[in-house]
Amino acid sequence: MIPSDYLMILSAAIFAIGVAGVLTRRNIIVMFMSVELMLNAVNLSFITLARSFASMEGQVIVFFVMTVAAAEAAVGLGIIISVFRNRETVNADDLQLMRW
Amino acid sequence: MPLWLFAFLASLALISALGVILQRNPIHSLLALIMTLLVIGVLFIGEGAATVGFLQIIVYAGAIMVLFLFVIWLLNLQSQNLDPGRVALKFFAGIGSAGLAAILFALLIHSATTVKPIPVTAEYGSIDTLAETLFSDYLIAFEVTSILLLAAVVGSIALARRIPGSGLKAASAAEGRPEGDSKLVSGATR
Repeated sequence: MIPSDYLMILSAAIFAIGVAGVLTRRNIIVMFMSVELMLNAVNLSFITLARSFASMEGQVIVFFVMTVAAAEAAVGLGIIISVFRNRETVNADDLQLMRW
Repeated sequence: MPLWLFAFLASLALISALGVILQRNPIHSLLALIMTLLVIGVLFIGEGAATVGFLQIIVYAGAIMVLFLFVIWLLNLQSQNLDPGRVALKFFAGIGSAGLAAILFALLIHSATTVKPIPVTAEYGSIDTLAETLFSDYLIAFEVTSILLLAAVVGSIALARRIPGSGLKAASAAEGRPEGDSKLVSGATR
């Protein structure tokens, strides 16, 4: 069996890659994908710790995180479509106003 | 799961996660993200979370990523040039996230335990045990989740639908062909 520390380090690395993606990319869809990457890194650490404590609760939390991520993706992509329809850009630097 | 398989999967996950943030074309980023999610799902299964692992593959790598794919197609995004004016931003963001990774690694190595994980039965992670926990201790949270999904569906339809005759932009976007062509051109140059 894999030591849980290895999985936690992998999870930390994927999380840091997600942070780098949000900070460096200016395309809001790719920024959104990086957020999904971070969510999945945290899910991986939940599953790992659930296994090392032999508890089911971590898996249930991951189930809820996936549900909330689905809702978040639906609403976020709806907002992106709406913004693109009005502003015709998905560059985060061009979107500085909360209204138009 | 043998260690060599974990090493293979971990390197695959890291490479495809880097692909998400390094690819210029959003479609390629999305494909790399799907690859990452599949590998993470396999790691879930290896950690005894078979049900959640398959849910990850079906729901996350399947359904949610198709939603992303449709939006990218719908917006007709061309591959965007990496804007050179933002080199300083990228540099400091890279330093910042590398620092974050270093802090996380240091914490994890500092708190590394030699305690053996608690052994589990073969039932661990099956649909039975997951449902038992989900529908007893977390029943209220589960029901609230259904309301959240309903609100998300209604909200995203309300956000993304085209309101006829509300404002100049919405009206001109609804007209179709010429506007769509100019959109394509502006997307390519941007």
